[in-house]
Amino acid sequence: MTAIDPTILDAEARRARRFVRINKADAWFCVFGLSWLTPILRAAAGDNPRAQAGEVWRLLGVPILSIAVFVTMWATLAPTVQTSLGAVPGPVQVWEQVGELRQDSIREGEREAAFYERQDARNADAIANGNTNAVRDRIYTGKPTYYDQIWTSIKTVFFGFLIASIIAIPLGIAAGLSVTANAALNPLIQIFKPVSPLAWLPIVTMIVSAVYTTNDGWFEKSFLVSAITVTLCSLWPTLINTALGVSSIDKDLVSVSRVLKMNTYTKITKLVLPSALPLIFTGLRLSLGVGWMVLIAAEMLAQNPGLGKFVWDEFQNGSSQSLARIMVAVFTIGIIGFLLDRVMYALQSMFTFSNSR
Amino acid sequence: MKKTLAILLATSSLLATTAAAQSLDLEKEDLTLGFIKLTDMAPLAVAYELRYFEDEGLFVTLEAQANWKVLLDGVISGELDGAHMLAGQPLAATIGYGTEAHIITPFSMGLNGNAITVSNEIWDEMKPNVPLMEDGRPQHPISASALAPVVENHLDRGEPFNMGMVFPVSNHNYEIRYWLAAGGLEPGFYSEQDISGQIGADVLLSVTPPPQMPSTMEAGTIFGYAVGEPWNQQAVFKGIGVPVITDYDMWKNNPEKVFGITAEFAEDYPNTTIALTKALIRATIWLDENDNANREEAVQMLARPEYVGADAEVIANSMTGFFEFEKGDVRPAPDFNVFFRYNATYPFYSDAIWYLTQMRRWGQIAETMSDEWYFETAADVYRPDIYLEAARLLVGEGLANEADFPWDSDGFKAATPAEDIIDAIPYDGRAPNAYIDSLPIGLKSGQTVIDGEIQG
Repeated sequence: MTAIDPTILDAEARRARRFVRINKADAWFCVFGLSWLTPILRAAAGDNPRAQAGEVWRLLGVPILSIAVFVTMWATLAPTVQTSLGAVPGPVQVWEQVGELRQDSIREGEREAAFYERQDARNADAIANGNTNAVRDRIYTGKPTYYDQIWTSIKTVFFGFLIASIIAIPLGIAAGLSVTANAALNPLIQIFKPVSPLAWLPIVTMIVSAVYTTNDGWFEKSFLVSAITVTLCSLWPTLINTALGVSSIDKDLVSVSRVLKMNTYTKITKLVLPSALPLIFTGLRLSLGVGWMVLIAAEMLAQNPGLGKFVWDEFQNGSSQSLARIMVAVFTIGIIGFLLDRVMYALQSMFTFSNSR
Repeated sequence: MKKTLAILLATSSLLATTAAAQSLDLEKEDLTLGFIKLTDMAPLAVAYELRYFEDEGLFVTLEAQANWKVLLDGVISGELDGAHMLAGQPLAATIGYGTEAHIITPFSMGLNGNAITVSNEIWDEMKPNVPLMEDGRPQHPISASALAPVVENHLDRGEPFNMGMVFPVSNHNYEIRYWLAAGGLEPGFYSEQDISGQIGADVLLSVTPPPQMPSTMEAGTIFGYAVGEPWNQQAVFKGIGVPVITDYDMWKNNPEKVFGITAEFAEDYPNTTIALTKALIRATIWLDENDNANREEAVQMLARPEYVGADAEVIANSMTGFFEFEKGDVRPAPDFNVFFRYNATYPFYSDAIWYLTQMRRWGQIAETMSDEWYFETAADVYRPDIYLEAARLLVGEGLANEADFPWDSDGFKAATPAEDIIDAIPYDGRAPNAYIDSLPIGLKSGQTVIDGEIQG
């Protein structure tokens, strides 16, 4: 009889398989900011717990501790600053406003349901009276809730970002491939890149009002104004990074394309895009971040629907809860900005195989 | 249980819709109306919340606007179907001062409701000049003559004296000018070349949107301002300023905001216009009925963030008949906000004419105009015919009392007696030019401002 027990062998193999799986999952945990899960899983799978504890401390403990220190400092320092609207709200008051905003949207939801009930009753009444012309289906006229505002902002930023990408990527490829195109685009990039959204906004507002005159088109005017302002401010990082990515393709590859007598289209799709993709994605990530920042400023100034308007309305209201509500919005903006970045990062990981992230 | 509730709800709303007779064939049912965060937008909030709009078959979206300019542009461009407006806005737009457009008003939104506030520092300098009552509190109304030495000190030190108002053709601009001039201070003239309104001014008046007034004063950009509520009481609650006079103390029951729509809107959608006016009249009746019994409820509505949004206790002060001057100096002001009584909602020509006389007085109307011009302009903008038709329908439906409306009015209020106005100069809308000439400070017949000088 041999000394090796087959069950042990089997367990060893399973253990190895588990680790492979954990390592594979780790790549995704990194993408979603959950990298602290890996050491915990490893420890659970039987790795040396002490080494893993160190990892957990670094990946989970330190961030939590830093947040705790921040919240404590906030809670102790905030009440010492007196504004004309009372003390600066601490974490507790801000958390209360999160609940208030939730209650608000629930109440609004009830009002909305009641509105539709009244409408149904009216329509039923009209049908019963044989007056089918009077049957109407209208959309509720109440105020947008906090969640509606968040949703509006997200839609707007993606729309603006999409237009920016559609403009910036082809221009960037042109600038990267051709020295002449680069010389033509460069001065424009240099001049327009530093312009603040607050300077674009009046121009965009005037032009959209002049050009987009229908009242029942696909888009609201205010939506277009915000989105185009986002476009104008956020297309530069994508443009610059695309140009850079395209121009730094391996010279050997370019030679190969010459030998194979590739036409421009094939060259771009088979050669330029794949090798420039990592930098293009870096540009897109930067663009989306810029776009999100710009959007809030544009909404505040132009009173266009979204989180920016929420902040400005609360500033105008000047009630004793306004500061806390604005802080809720600040955290919302920050967290959504973070999530947007993660989404782009995940996309980047899916489409590119390079290490240069 | 839930189902029966739903059925109950459904039947009760059914009853409600049949109770309000929808006699009008509406041309346009979905409307967007603009407003500024001020307590005098209350008729709009009430008509929405109590579903008076829905009773008329109107589906209204209310949208807060950033400032009066944006609001006016919204109405002119058609983005807004109508709005809570400064009385001067439809008049100025119609005569082509600023943006030109024919805007009319079938409905006045109330009387009084404004005050003038100065910062704490200015009040400390002003207070020694104010006579006291027996109990040691300052005697009201406070004249701008108490401010005059303060302004003089500033000017001697070479510092301009800045104050805020909300719009060049706002009630507040004319009210603060009236107050300053009545106290011997020059608020400055407008001319065709210089539309800053600061020609020859002791006090430099500039535009700030209402909700930003307290923070602008707190930042030190302006020393005081004229604005509607709750932005004067807000200064008291924030401890940054002291209201010195209400507009009620300047001119008892002075005309205030109006509801403005374009003339094309009224022409294209006559029934919708009447339905809107009906809903608004009902809202103002509710706001004033039983001795302001509903005001507390109105305060709760206005305190919601989508309307005025300030703290309920700040809004409550003026809305429920009190006004706080210095912190703790609360005085009764039962008529601070009048929405319906004293025929507050009827669009009197004489109210329009007063605003026109003030535009002429300060040079916004550059040339002397005939009395007839004043009458015709007023009749072009103020539309009591629409108002009375709406009122007649409401009386017919049993929703209003016949006795509450001035059916036979020729559009002119009785002349304001001298004792109701701070400088004791009576106002009669039937004689605009004579009234302009009776005011000691301001342009008189035949005068114009050319190159920064009064000529003629």
